[in-house]
Amino acid sequence: MSKYETVIGLEIHAQLATESKMFCSCSTKFGAEPNTNVCEICTGQPGVLPKINKKAIELAIKTGLALNCKIEPMSVFARKNYFYPDLPKAYQISQYELPIITGGHLEIEIPNEGENSNSRLRKKINITRIHLEEDAGKLVHKGAERIMGSEESLVDYNRGGTPLMEIVTEPDIRSPLEAKIFMEDLAHLLQYIGVCDAKMEEGSLRCDANISIRPVGQKELGTKTELKNMNSFRFVQMGLEAEVARHTEMKASGEKIIQETRYFDTKTHDTKSMRSKEEAHDYRYFPEPDLVTIEPDHKWIEEIRATLTELPEKKRERYINEYGLPNPIAEVLIATKSISDYFEECLKIENKPKEIANWMLVNVMAYLKNKNLDIKDIVFSPRELIELIKLIEKGTISGTAAKEVLIKALETGKNIKDIVSESGATQISDEGALQQIVKEVIKNNPKQVLQFKSGKDPVIMYLVGQVMKESKGRAKPDLVQALLRKELS
Amino acid sequence: MNKKPAHELLSLLKNKKVSAVEIVKSTYEQIEKHEKEISAYVTLTKELALKQAKAVDEGKRSGPLAGIPIAVKDNMCTKGILTTCSSKILHNYLPPYNATIVEKLEAAGAITIGKTNLDEFAMGSSTENSAIKTTKNPWNLNCVPGGSSGGSAAAVAADETVLALGSDTGGSIRQPASFCGIVGMKPTYGRVSRYGLVAFASSLDQIGPMTKDVRDCAILLNVLSGYDEKDSTSAKLEAPDYTKALIDDVKNLTVGIIDELMGEGVEGSTKEAIEKAVKLLESKGAKVKKVSLPHLKYSVATYYLIAPAEASSNLGRYDGVKYGLRSKEAKDLITMYKNTRAEGFGPEVKRRILLGTYALSAGYYDAYYLKALKVRTLIKEDFEKAFKDCDVLISPTSPIPAFKIGEKANDPLSMYLSDIATIPVNLAGLPAISIPCGFANGLPIGLQIIGKAFDEETILKAAYTYEQNTNWHKEKAEIR
Ligand SMILES: [Zn+2]
Repeated sequence: MSKYETVIGLEIHAQLATESKMFCSCSTKFGAEPNTNVCEICTGQPGVLPKINKKAIELAIKTGLALNCKIEPMSVFARKNYFYPDLPKAYQISQYELPIITGGHLEIEIPNEGENSNSRLRKKINITRIHLEEDAGKLVHKGAERIMGSEESLVDYNRGGTPLMEIVTEPDIRSPLEAKIFMEDLAHLLQYIGVCDAKMEEGSLRCDANISIRPVGQKELGTKTELKNMNSFRFVQMGLEAEVARHTEMKASGEKIIQETRYFDTKTHDTKSMRSKEEAHDYRYFPEPDLVTIEPDHKWIEEIRATLTELPEKKRERYINEYGLPNPIAEVLIATKSISDYFEECLKIENKPKEIANWMLVNVMAYLKNKNLDIKDIVFSPRELIELIKLIEKGTISGTAAKEVLIKALETGKNIKDIVSESGATQISDEGALQQIVKEVIKNNPKQVLQFKSGKDPVIMYLVGQVMKESKGRAKPDLVQALLRKELS
Repeated sequence: MNKKPAHELLSLLKNKKVSAVEIVKSTYEQIEKHEKEISAYVTLTKELALKQAKAVDEGKRSGPLAGIPIAVKDNMCTKGILTTCSSKILHNYLPPYNATIVEKLEAAGAITIGKTNLDEFAMGSSTENSAIKTTKNPWNLNCVPGGSSGGSAAAVAADETVLALGSDTGGSIRQPASFCGIVGMKPTYGRVSRYGLVAFASSLDQIGPMTKDVRDCAILLNVLSGYDEKDSTSAKLEAPDYTKALIDDVKNLTVGIIDELMGEGVEGSTKEAIEKAVKLLESKGAKVKKVSLPHLKYSVATYYLIAPAEASSNLGRYDGVKYGLRSKEAKDLITMYKNTRAEGFGPEVKRRILLGTYALSAGYYDAYYLKALKVRTLIKEDFEKAFKDCDVLISPTSPIPAFKIGEKANDPLSMYLSDIATIPVNLAGLPAISIPCGFANGLPIGLQIIGKAFDEETILKAAYTYEQNTNWHKEKAEIR
C-alpha cells in the first residue's frame, strides 16, 4: 500500500470586534433579548441601503498587516444570493472577485517528527485572501433539529449583520495537528491585535476545512471534501483526523471519493454527508450596486499600521532579550494579550521586569486561575502591584506578609496601603517592641543559647527564626539579629 | 386653488390670500370629483394632510414647501403609512421608517396628499402592471398615463395634487410626464438619496420631481437634492439653488439633436413637435447640431439584462418570512417561499425576476450580465463624446404618445421598445427632463432635454426658456 499525504486548506470566519454591525449602527453585543439589536437595515426592510462600518474595514486591514498580506488599493462588495429565513435580504453582502486583502502568511511551530519530541519546526502557512462579509441571524426550531420537519421555527436577527472576516489559506497544511496549531496561533494573533475575541466555542471564530489525500510525491491534488462544524480547536483536529481516516480507508478499498460537503458529528466523532457538489448553490454573485468601492488611502493604512501592537512572537523575543526573562515565563506572559498588557503597564511605572513577572505569575495569575477570572475583571491595578513590590524592597513588609496583603487586595479591591496599615502587617522596626520577644525567645531556648555562647555562631539564625515566628513575620530580620547578639553578648 | 402651480400658491400663502387648509381642501374636492375615473392613488392621507395644513396656517409648520400638496409614489417608504409598491406581496406593509426624501418633505413643510399608483415595483411603462388598480390618462380615459409613475403623473395632470414624486429607472418619471402633459425630471444618479425608495434596479433608480411647470420642478428639486450619509451612492456635492437657473436665455447653449432617436419608429406629430421645439430654441439664439450616439440601439437590450439582474436580487427579500404576504398554502419552508412568491408577484415582475436570475447564473454571467455592463460603458462614452460639443441633448421623451389601455399589455417587447429614448439616460446616470411640447390627437407630447452629469441647471435653463415662449404647460386636461 502506498503512503498518502494529507492536504488541508482552511476557511476561517472571524467575528470582528466592532461595537456596531457591518452595515448599520445596531449593537453587536451578545446575549440581548431576541430581535432587540435590530433596525430597518439589518432586518432587510424594503428600501433600505447598507452603509459600510469603517471600523470593520480598519480591523480587516489590521489583520492583513499582521499576516504580512497585501492591502488591495480597490476592493468591491458583492451580493451572494440565496434564500434562507436567517438571511433577511435573501442575499449576503460579501466580497467575491476583489477582496480587500490578498496574499500573506502565518508562521507556526510544529513538532519535528522523527527527531526528539522537544525539537520544533517552523512552517509558513500561506494566506490566499481575507474578505469582509456580514453574518446571518439565528434560527430556533421547535420539534426538530433543523427547519425541515420542525413544527415552528423562530428567527432572531440580533446576530444578523455582524461583521465577519473570512480568512482563506492555501492548501499548505499537511496534518490535522498542523491545522489545530494553525487555528490556535491564528486565534492568538487575532486576539492579540484586538480584531476578534476568537473563541471557537462561542462561535466568534469558526473553521471549515477543504481536505484531500494523495500518494506521496504526486503533484496534483486528490478529490477534496469540505468539512464543517468543528467548533473547538480540539474538534478541528478530531474532525480532520476522522476525515483523513475515511479518505484513507476509501482509497485502500478502492472506493471513489466524492466531492461533497460533510460535517463533523461531535457525538459520534465521525463525519457525515451534508450535500453533494450537484446540490451546491449557484449564488449568482454580482457587484453590490448599493455600495461604492473600498479604496483605503496610503495614509490611513499607515495610521492603522501604527496602531498594530507588537505581535506575540516579537514580544516573546523582546521579553527574553531585553528583560532577561526565561523562555517559559515569557511564554506565559505573552500567551494572553491582557496579561502582557498588564505586565507592560507595570513596567511603565517601575522598570523591574523580573520582580513584576514573578509576582504576576506566582501570585496574581494563580489567584485568577483559581477564581476563573480574566485580569481585565479585577480592580487590582498595575500601580498597586508596584506599590506592593516597593513596600517589600523598603522593608516595610516582609515577603510572607506581602502574599497575604496581595490576596486581600485581589479579593476586596482595597488598595495596598490601606490593607497594610489596617492589618498592622508593617514590619516591626521599633526596638522596644522587639526587645520583649527577643527576651522571651532567649528564655525559652536555653539549649541553643548555650550552643551559641560556646562558639557555634550559625545557631543565631535559629534564634532569629524563632523571633520571626513569634512576631508573625513582621520583624525585620537584620534588626532581630542585631538585638539578639546584643542581648547574648 | 389646486390647479395653480406651487410657486403661485406659495406667494398667495405668503400674502395670506389663501390658507393651507383651503388649498388642501380644494385638492381633496378635486380628488373626490375625479379619482373614481382616474384612479391615481393607492392610499389617501386626508386626515394627516388637513392636520399638517392647519399647522401651517397656525405657523407651527414651515419651510420652502409649507402648505403645498404633494403626492408620493407608493414605492417610497412612509413610516406607519401603507407602502405597497402596488404589489400584492406588500399589500399590508407599514414601513417602520421614513425614506430620506419623505423626511426632507416633512422638514420643508409639504402636505402629503397620498400615495400614488405605479406598475408593480415600478416595472412597466403604463401602470397597467399595478396589482391594485389601473390608472387612466386624464387627457383620455381610454389611454394609459404611462409608467411606472403613472399615478403621480395622472394626479398632477388631473390637479389631484400640486406636486408629486416619481422614481425613474428607465424612464418611469419622464415617460408618464410626457403622456400626461406635465413636467418630470430624473436627476443625475446620486443627486437625490435613494434611502427608503423600494429598490427595483439599484444602479439605475433615481427619485425626481413631477410638476405642473419648470419653476415648480426647480423648487421641488431644491428640497430633494443633496448628499445623504445613509446612501453611499449619493454624491458628496453641494446642491445649488436650482431656481437661479430659471433664466429665459439660451444664447450660449449648443443643443444636440440625437439622430438615432428622431428616425424610424417616431410617430409623425411627435417628430414634428420636437423639430418645432428645436427651431424655437434656435430662434432664441441656441446653436443646434445633430449628434449621433451609435451604441444607443443596444440600450434596451442592455437595460433588460442589468435592471432585471439587480431586480432579481432586490426582490428576494419578499419571501413571506418578515412582512407582507405569506401564502396560506405554505406547509413548510419551500412551499412558503414558492407559494408566497407565486401568489404575491404579478406576471411582469415574475418575468423580470426570471430574466435576471438567468442573466446572473453560473455559466451565463459573462455572456449576459458582464457584457451588458461593458455595453453600458460604451453608451456612457457615447454621451460623453456628444457632450464635448453640446450643452444639452434633445429627443422626444417617447416615440409615441399615450397608447390605449390593453393595447400593449400582451406584447411586452413592444412595450419595452417604447422606452428607447429614456433608458440610455439611466444607463449613463445622466439628468433629463420631459416637458410638454405639443399634442397629437389630443394627447400630450413630451420633449426630453438631457444634460451632463450634475448639470441639472443647464437643463432647467433650456426647459424654462422653452416654457416661457410656449403655452403647452398651461393646457389643462378636460376629464371625461
Ligand atoms: Zn441594524
